[in-house]
Amino acid sequence: MPFQNLSSRLQGVLHRLRGKGRLNEKDVDESLREIRLALLEADVNFKVVRDFIAQIRERAVGHEVLGSLTPGQQVIRIVNEELTELMGGTQAKLSLASQPPTVVMIVGLQGSGKTTTAAKLANLFRGRGHRPLLVAADVYRPAAIKQLKVLGEQIEVPVFSMGEANPVDIAKGALSHARNNNNDLILIDTAGRLHIDQGLMSELVQIKETAQVHEILLVVDAMTGQDAVNVAQTFNQELDLGGLVLTKLDGDARGGAALSVKAVTGKPIKFVGVSEKIDGIESFHPDRMASRILGMGDMLTLIEKAVAAVDEEKAEKMAAKLQEAEFTLEDFQDQLEQMKQMGPLDQIMNLLPGIGNIKHLKGLEVDDSHLKKIEAIIASMTPEERRRPQIIKGSRRRRIALGSGTRVQDVNRLLKQYNQTRQMLKQFMGPQKRQKKKGMFPFFQ
Amino acid sequence: MVWKRMFGAKSSPEDLEREKKGLLQKLRLGLEKTKQGFIQKVDDLTSGRRVDENLFQELEEVLIQGDCGVNTALYLVEQLRARSREEKVTDASQLKKMLAEEMVRLLERKPTDLKMPTEKPYVIMMVGVNGVGKTTTIAKLAHRFKQEKAKVILAAGDTFRAGAVEQLEVWANRIGVELVAHQAGSDPAAVAFDAVNAAKARDSDVLILDTAGRLQTKVNLMTELGKVQRVVARELGRDLDEILLVVDAGTGQNALSQGKLFQEAVSLTGVALTKLDGTAKGGIVLALANELDLAVKLVGVGEQYDDLQDFDPEAFVQALFAPLNRSG
Repeated sequence: MPFQNLSSRLQGVLHRLRGKGRLNEKDVDESLREIRLALLEADVNFKVVRDFIAQIRERAVGHEVLGSLTPGQQVIRIVNEELTELMGGTQAKLSLASQPPTVVMIVGLQGSGKTTTAAKLANLFRGRGHRPLLVAADVYRPAAIKQLKVLGEQIEVPVFSMGEANPVDIAKGALSHARNNNNDLILIDTAGRLHIDQGLMSELVQIKETAQVHEILLVVDAMTGQDAVNVAQTFNQELDLGGLVLTKLDGDARGGAALSVKAVTGKPIKFVGVSEKIDGIESFHPDRMASRILGMGDMLTLIEKAVAAVDEEKAEKMAAKLQEAEFTLEDFQDQLEQMKQMGPLDQIMNLLPGIGNIKHLKGLEVDDSHLKKIEAIIASMTPEERRRPQIIKGSRRRRIALGSGTRVQDVNRLLKQYNQTRQMLKQFMGPQKRQKKKGMFPFFQ
Repeated sequence: MVWKRMFGAKSSPEDLEREKKGLLQKLRLGLEKTKQGFIQKVDDLTSGRRVDENLFQELEEVLIQGDCGVNTALYLVEQLRARSREEKVTDASQLKKMLAEEMVRLLERKPTDLKMPTEKPYVIMMVGVNGVGKTTTIAKLAHRFKQEKAKVILAAGDTFRAGAVEQLEVWANRIGVELVAHQAGSDPAAVAFDAVNAAKARDSDVLILDTAGRLQTKVNLMTELGKVQRVVARELGRDLDEILLVVDAGTGQNALSQGKLFQEAVSLTGVALTKLDGTAKGGIVLALANELDLAVKLVGVGEQYDDLQDFDPEAFVQALFAPLNRSG
């Protein structure tokens, strides 16, 4: 999960505040010191940390908090708001030219992930009905053009290249190629360069001017340290960036760069790279990211993913069945299928509130193999068995285990879990009176 | 050339002397930007001041800004605090020298030399996260060994990233060394297997294995890396000579996580620090040495072939602390 370390440190500090009925200035100071350390360890730029802490202190020791009945909660709210603000406040979209084609130039240091990002963006916008054209203008790194061509083929987006010609000429050529072929979005992949390399920087300025570049995106590796800010600042001074793309956020990067660049350059993060796969790019939502960092979960993204994956008709049927406590293994299979469409399990888990606090889940890559086993077992059953699992006795169990490449114990476990779930559903959905008597939720009584 | 000879003729003392000078010059150039940021701040802090607690705290901040990390910054400053108490130092300018000494000591905790070859082939494997410069570092190393008239063979173990095999192929042709490659998408352990056997059959002196960049949190990919190491060791009948973690000098505290998790997957023998020619401070190597006992063995300070050098802690710190040469 991105920001994992930062996230758990911050949550630790805030957790201690949460329960407190009264806060004095000393409590606030202590917490702020720990927040400061957590941010520094997460590579947040030094000056940014200073301002951030000052801002929170000002609000936290004011009447807003100390006078409140739940001061701890108030501090958390303030940190959340300030974090959101720090990362840009609201979502910033790619700005499209009023008259197509929109020319986007992708720049950055070596190894930050420009080529991959270019392809991912092309794929994303193709999905939104655009006709992108990828332009191979990295003529320095060996085989960079080949890399873009392979990616372009994968996502069925045309790639314009002129071999190792002058990048400025390539950009010019791409522009007329796009006009002739009706491409409305041009993504220029440039060579990686050091921000202090004057020669290469002026090359970018030239491309910008000749190719009527509409938007320049700086690609920044989320693992960058304190230097991220210098890099972003220099690129911004030379080129006037439109925004940033933060890559490699699927590692355990502490992502301090993300928290700093907006504050220092004033340019928003527009996209984040979240996996090596070609569809591993997302729009960046500061508010959602802030609540993810603070362990409040990101229900909005979760719901979006669910809506995209779930078949409405099936969902209604399922709800009806749950009401009747008629949940069969067939239904279970359907559900698994839909869940899988939402993406890898560990990414989904991170969207749930409070998951970051569960100790044994921390730093663990949730592995889908357990689910795969369950799927295999259910798939090895006959439709009859799925509908009426009670008929599965000894020899059927052996056959199912054999067919699914699992052991009889695994089949037994699944059946037992299924029975427990059904029992629970019965209690859940049964008459109100019984539920109360049984005391399903002792802690609510 | 700024490295010790490992094959063929041994370096003469004059060569070594000249090389050492060249190394300093290169490092100085490479670190010029770093110096302006880091040393300027240390200078500003320590000139004309008395030693007091505020000074120590400000030093801590400067170190953290240099990517040393909170723990290592605290450690270094704690050393300074103790020493200045013991040696009764009151003039802040003396702290600068002391800091340099402590840094060198930290960086020298583990040997920083590449292991000398004992048996053919000398096998190096490069690992690291995406985009740190593994392939380029391999090209530079291959060039270096080729200069020493060693017979070098490269293994294109990055079968995942589009264009990676071609990239290494271009380098191999340019340098004039052999390459073992499979198709994109094939099993990297199989490439390694073939490469070791090719190196043995062709009586090569050096085998350098490239691997695909991978984020250290991807459990499956890390397991795959462990498998490559096991296959190579089995075919060799001994351990690999060097397994180097390539780290981008611009990396922040995440390098610690990289070091830790790569260490768990393979038996790392050291670090190759790349891209030290930017404004990045490379301070992370102090944290790597302090918290993970990982020594830097190679540094890349530019884009030329011979810009990859043996790491010399003293020269590194000396270059950091040398008076700023404004004329360049």
